[in-house]
Amino acid sequence: MKSDTGKETTPQSTGLFSRLLYLAASLLIGVLLWQAATMVFGLPAFILPGPGQVWRRFIQSLAEGQLQQHTLTTLFEVLAGLLIGGLAATSLGYLLAKSAPLEKLLSPYLVASQSLPVVAIAPLLVIWFGPGIFSKILICSLTVFFPILINTVVGLREVPNDLRDLMRTLKASSTQTLWKLEVPAALPIYMGGLRVGATLSVIGAVVGELVGSDRGLGFLINIGRGQYDTALVFVAIFTLVFLAVTLYGLVLLIERQFLSWQSWRQDVR
Amino acid sequence: MNSCPEAALSVHNLDVIFRDASGVVHALHDLTFSLPPNGFLSLIGPSGCGKSTLLRVLAGLVPPTAGEVCYNTDQPKIGMVFQKANLMPWRRVLENISLPLELKGLPKKTILDRVHEVIRQVGLEGFERAYPRDLSGGMAQRVAIGRSLIQDPDILLLDEPFGALDALTRERMGDELQHIWHAHKKTVVLVTHSIPEAVYLSDQVLALSSRPGSIVLDMPVDLPRPRTSEIRYSDSFSKLTHKLRDTLQEDNTMIT
Ligand SMILES: Nc1ncnc2c1ncn2[C@@H]1O[C@H](COP(=O)(O)OP(=O)(O)OP(=O)(O)O)[C@@H](O)[C@H]1O
Ligand SMILES: [Mg+2]
Repeated sequence: MKSDTGKETTPQSTGLFSRLLYLAASLLIGVLLWQAATMVFGLPAFILPGPGQVWRRFIQSLAEGQLQQHTLTTLFEVLAGLLIGGLAATSLGYLLAKSAPLEKLLSPYLVASQSLPVVAIAPLLVIWFGPGIFSKILICSLTVFFPILINTVVGLREVPNDLRDLMRTLKASSTQTLWKLEVPAALPIYMGGLRVGATLSVIGAVVGELVGSDRGLGFLINIGRGQYDTALVFVAIFTLVFLAVTLYGLVLLIERQFLSWQSWRQDVR
Repeated sequence: MNSCPEAALSVHNLDVIFRDASGVVHALHDLTFSLPPNGFLSLIGPSGCGKSTLLRVLAGLVPPTAGEVCYNTDQPKIGMVFQKANLMPWRRVLENISLPLELKGLPKKTILDRVHEVIRQVGLEGFERAYPRDLSGGMAQRVAIGRSLIQDPDILLLDEPFGALDALTRERMGDELQHIWHAHKKTVVLVTHSIPEAVYLSDQVLALSSRPGSIVLDMPVDLPRPRTSEIRYSDSFSKLTHKLRDTLQEDNTMIT
């Protein structure tokens, strides 16, 4: 990534084009193999529907408006969880990075909460907070919390001491040090946490919905399963994958936007 | 930082001892010296003898273990150039240099005018929009020098600022520094490994012993000013460089 001279845009855009070409080819191969498998094994549609059936189910649930509605629900849970969990993790991470005693005090709980799979407490949260959206948002918040917290702490730790000294000789206030030094210096690592968090948030939402809910893509999967409408299950799964990949790509895009100077990590001067 | 009337900067019986998990390092021992306003002092001594530590004490970054440092004003404006260029990799050359003024909250226009002036002084025209990763070591070092000059400091602390430069650029930057010092009335403390550079630029040279660094020679340099390259070939110049070299060699150290 050598950035913004006119010469380099051409190879970069052909690179993008060929990447898209490869993506299309690999998707096509996947669909063909899938089609072949359904034909060779001759499985009934409620076990393994073919690509054509799934596609028709997709169009149908779009037409009914059912897919959009559940997708929006899940998306809302995912984003709200990311926002709430992210905000909480970022602020706590900042405090932890600033105060060693606080970190020592809290780290047993943090490590414990890290080793506890959210899947295990999702039923509890649904029992306590009901099958509505709220319990899902809570689950999402909890899933994204840890990676973002850790990356906040690590990112802030990585701020070079020499630059901190520079800010001190320039008599920078602590707010100035935060915005002009700590935030930009910690951003590359922080964004990595956000990227992981975005995918985890999708997982959190679905787990919550599978455990107990009345809407969302996880709920749709449950419905499909209950009615032997396996094509619908596939539609929901593909939509979920699409959601997760899009979110991941979105964070990556933001990252590229803010961190165009990024190759500095390799040779810090 | 207490204030002391006559000298711009004075140091009394300074000792610095670092204690950490890996042990105790006695970095500086019993330094006493002073520097008049607008004086130019060079520090020279073997690697690891505590030169950078002394500059950090002068900048208020490291507290003295014993002794004291004082300035003739309460809040001296200090410009520091670190041994590594120490630039912010996410800021372009322009923005790295403007940082000190940004922190003061000056209007954008004022800052920009001043930045361009400084960029001319350190010879970085055409690189305003480059990121640090695209600069050579010497250019990065010049950005750091520009950043220290922009706030027009009373006291300029320079830690081997010319270390990464080729010989000729080094002399040119030395002359530029001499010019800035002369035109803008600053007190300068320069760490260098070059004996001729120390003599050429300074009013006063301190030679430090190996660790714990203590003063083995406090040598005034009374060559006429302004100095130009010819002076390097004069007898008085070589007398001073010889004296400095002999002192440093006596201390049984290596100077490159
Ligand atoms: N914060 C610190 N904690 C512990 N030891 C330190 C610290 N800073 C410096 N030292 C030690 O103090 C001694 C002097 O270091 P300093 O960087 O001042 O040397 P120097 O004269 O600048 O060397 P060089 O010419 O190689 O730059 C070294 O042994 C170094 O390891
Ligand atoms: Mg040093």
